[in-house]
Amino acid sequence: MLLALWLSRNIKQIRTVMVVGSTMLLALSVYLTVDFIAQRSAGVSAAQLYTDSWCWYPALNINYSIGVDGISVVMILLSSIIVFTGTFASWNIKPQPKEFFLWYMLLSLGVYGFFITTDMFAMFMFYETALIPMYLLIGVWGSGKKEYSAMKLTLMLMGGSAFLLMGILGIYFGSGATTMNIHEIAAMNNIDTNLQYIFFPMTFVGFGVLGALFPFHTWSPDGHASAPTSVSMLHAGVLMKLGGYGCFRIAMYLMPQAANDLAWIFIILTTISVVYGALSAISQTDLKYINAYSSVSHCGLVLFALLMMTQTSCTGAILQMLSHGLMTALFFALIGMIYGRTHTRDIRELQGLMKIMPFLAVGYVIAGLANLGLPGFSGFIAEMTIFVGSFMVDDTFHRVVTIIACTSIVITAVYILRVVGKILYGEPINEEHKRLSDASWDERFTVICLVACIAALGIAPLWVSDLINNGVSDIIANLMP
Amino acid sequence: MEQLDFTILILALPLICFVVLGLCGMKMSHKVAGLLGSITLAGVTLLSYATAAIYFGAGRNMDGIYQTITPYNIKWLPLGETLSIDMGIMLDPISVMMLIVISTVSLMVHIYSLGYMKGEKGFQRYYAYLSLFTFSMLGLVVATNIFQMYVFWELVGVSSYLLIGFYYTKPAAIAASKKAFIVTRFADLFFLIGILLYGFYTGTYSFTPGEAVLISAGAVIPIALGLMFVGGAGKSAMFPLHIWLPDAMEGPTPVSALIHAATMVVAGVYLVARMFPIFIDFAPETLHIIAYVGAFTALYAAIVACVQTDIKRVLAFSTISQIAFMMVALGVCTSTDPHEGGLGYMASMFHLFTHAMFKGLLFLGAGAIIHAVHSNEKCHMGGLRKYMPITHITFLIACLAIAGIPPFSGFFSKDEILVACYSYSTMMGIFMSIVAALTAFYMFRLYYLIFWGKSHYEEQLSQYNAGTLDKKPHKPHEAPATMTIPLIILAVITLFAGFIPFGHFVSSNGHLYDIHLDWNVATISVVLAISGIFMATIMYIKGNSPITNAINHNMSNIIEAAYHRFYMDELWLFVTKRIIFNCISRPIAWFDRHIIDGTMDMLATVTQKIGDVVRPIQSGNVQSYSMWFLGGALVILTALIVFA
Repeated sequence: MLLALWLSRNIKQIRTVMVVGSTMLLALSVYLTVDFIAQRSAGVSAAQLYTDSWCWYPALNINYSIGVDGISVVMILLSSIIVFTGTFASWNIKPQPKEFFLWYMLLSLGVYGFFITTDMFAMFMFYETALIPMYLLIGVWGSGKKEYSAMKLTLMLMGGSAFLLMGILGIYFGSGATTMNIHEIAAMNNIDTNLQYIFFPMTFVGFGVLGALFPFHTWSPDGHASAPTSVSMLHAGVLMKLGGYGCFRIAMYLMPQAANDLAWIFIILTTISVVYGALSAISQTDLKYINAYSSVSHCGLVLFALLMMTQTSCTGAILQMLSHGLMTALFFALIGMIYGRTHTRDIRELQGLMKIMPFLAVGYVIAGLANLGLPGFSGFIAEMTIFVGSFMVDDTFHRVVTIIACTSIVITAVYILRVVGKILYGEPINEEHKRLSDASWDERFTVICLVACIAALGIAPLWVSDLINNGVSDIIANLMP
Repeated sequence: MEQLDFTILILALPLICFVVLGLCGMKMSHKVAGLLGSITLAGVTLLSYATAAIYFGAGRNMDGIYQTITPYNIKWLPLGETLSIDMGIMLDPISVMMLIVISTVSLMVHIYSLGYMKGEKGFQRYYAYLSLFTFSMLGLVVATNIFQMYVFWELVGVSSYLLIGFYYTKPAAIAASKKAFIVTRFADLFFLIGILLYGFYTGTYSFTPGEAVLISAGAVIPIALGLMFVGGAGKSAMFPLHIWLPDAMEGPTPVSALIHAATMVVAGVYLVARMFPIFIDFAPETLHIIAYVGAFTALYAAIVACVQTDIKRVLAFSTISQIAFMMVALGVCTSTDPHEGGLGYMASMFHLFTHAMFKGLLFLGAGAIIHAVHSNEKCHMGGLRKYMPITHITFLIACLAIAGIPPFSGFFSKDEILVACYSYSTMMGIFMSIVAALTAFYMFRLYYLIFWGKSHYEEQLSQYNAGTLDKKPHKPHEAPATMTIPLIILAVITLFAGFIPFGHFVSSNGHLYDIHLDWNVATISVVLAISGIFMATIMYIKGNSPITNAINHNMSNIIEAAYHRFYMDELWLFVTKRIIFNCISRPIAWFDRHIIDGTMDMLATVTQKIGDVVRPIQSGNVQSYSMWFLGGALVILTALIVFA
């Protein structure tokens, strides 16, 4: 597909290639999901399906080995949906659409690779593959102080990946394994406890930077604010999930002892993330900043739930990744569309959009309601699963932090309704805004797709949570002392 | 019972209607959308009545109670090995009773709105929201477990938010909708924590976890139930979480009638009633706390209602006060036996039923008046009885009912509540009787201000004729038939609902209970009600009487404070705006941008600075390289010689 893109000459061809390509990806992922469910229900109970392996670099036993379980299936599905809708959201990207989409696809390649591989080192490599295009995408096609943001984002994430690399090497040598395959290392489970104490925080922080763990989240507001729409979507929607996924898959899965003992430090940090992100969102004035802080809060909840280490809370965490991915993608898409028309994201300058662009405004209200956890949308089931799961840990510390985290549902309502009330309702204040048009067909398509996914997940959560459950239980079993 | 399988339609019809109206409502004409909504609702109402007929018609089982039936219950979201959120339909006496209340009032409001909202922009959207609300409210009452209740609880919250903010260009409406949602959300937080505690310790979300589990959970149950009550207090506008309800009157008036008078606001009462068997056996103290909260709220709201000038606000405070009556009735229960201390349960449900009807009627009547004079303020009314005879009569019936004058329905239900209060403690009984007298007073104050006294229209007309007013005033007129017919139907129900042998259907232990009036209590309450009406009559029948002026003059401080609702709103605003927004959120945002981000930026700057310092070394100058090389070699050599 990259090749096809490179070959295509003009904008029309590029669009065609992108649409065909991303549709194919989506179709493939849906097929994968359906087939996965079918296999599971047919009684195939292996932890990983579709496994395959090629030797890549024998000296360090790096293999390109792939395989998926329930968690990665849903993450792949999520990525495809976002890539698919992101294509439509950046329909009119300028300048140099070809290069834009090239990098865009490279970025999604990294993401897919990350989710399907079961080899630590390959995972790390795909992680880096996803980072580099981000720098260019923000630096070239971004807005505002884009160079600063792009540099900041890349440097902070690179700093994270430095920790990560050390962590991975530590795991590799600590376990004395002759493989980088996660499942084989997990099965050995022989990393020395003291080494775990060193490398668990490293790995967790390394991934945590990407998952917007307090206090390493500051790249997120700047990065999101400067990124073009579809990059924001992909970044907040999928890339931030890499963090949570990695924390769970590598840090916690492979170093269960340290995860159990050190969890409390990170629980405190994530609780701060959750509440602090939400509180800062209240007093922001830039739409994208609001959503970036909201993402900090929601992604904090993902890590929070993972660290609670119960079956239910981890299922909730994966659900939250999925749901947050879709919701923020929708949010950033809508913000991009509003910005594209009004050329401002300052909520003080926007008012009465409901009258001018009813479709986008209704979409925004739906996104907002989904974000604040309204039943019927995906946010609710994710949050409820997390809270119920976290509540199962029966000691005062966990109870207290869970209750603190619960308060975020109120704070979220405050900042969402504040924005909705401010920018959508009322009479338009800016005369020029009155002439603006409502959504075009490609924009409508993006919004409808995402809303449909959010609602589908929110109304019929059973199949997804069943799917995830299997994947989670293996890891949890490993975590139980 | 297989015949009750159709109950799923009660939920499905309004949902389908919402989806249809929501997706393609804009392409429909107003008439089609309105009729679609109303006809669907008529269907729902018929089904609800059929359900009630079948359910109560089936008779009692061997133990002499109506069997609880669960026609549907499916697992919606599993949460661990034993816990899961189920969705289903559960029928028992109170949920069937609520089905009737909700569908009846909702149908009336749907029909009424055809006239009231005629020609409004967003008419289809309005009907879509109404359907959504009806769906969620019905889902709430038939919930099979506490979590399903919470799900629908949130949904009614959001439909209330959408309907209050229906006039989305009006700043007051936007603020009110936001406030309503956030205040109730805040209360829901406690509700959620209550549910979490309950679910964890009982291992189930069902309403009947079984005796053994509850005993082993011990002291947690009162806390969990208390937290759930906070959620209920938020929805049911108990002090100090009542602040959203008066503002919610910014929504269209039929919405106020449906959501903020008859159905949604009693959800909290319903919640307590639903958990009543657990309350009474395992948390009686919590139940009594509810009684005290309710009693205080009832008095507070009644005092405030006496001085408000906006007629909808008077009704709003009256609603708060009446719901508090229901809460008190539940709270004063001391056993499940209706003959010994369990009367309050039945009384509360009975009052819920009659109140829904007469308060719905009052609001719809108020809507007709507002429709006629285009204002909410009492000073624009007066003398309307000539112009709006039907509204006048129906409003009067409702006023008499709420004041507790026999034979109107409010008399019977309120009497039962007072009997329950007296049997709990004489103090409580006297206290609530005084509030009941206040109720009669403020309702008749309202009535006289609207329908009696000098007509605002006539005053303006004479001014116009004298040439001091430019615009010809608008003549008040009786509402169209779509609006008066619901008024008449509700008035008829209000007239006769008191004679329903309510105890035959609903009672605290499920057994048949015959309502009998306690004449001592009844006499006291009627005397108090009549004296309240009498007071109102001498004070307000002719506009400003000397007594009124004297009272206003002497008690101006108290009246001023009551008019501002004893500054509760200001207090909340202070806490939220000053403390949370300015003292927490702002500093956090600043801290994030300047300290945390600053640290990150500083790291970058320091790296850069170090780079700058180190850079001259890599100058590319061969001479300096060779100098360094020679120097280095010399140092190593010296070191070798010294240490060797």
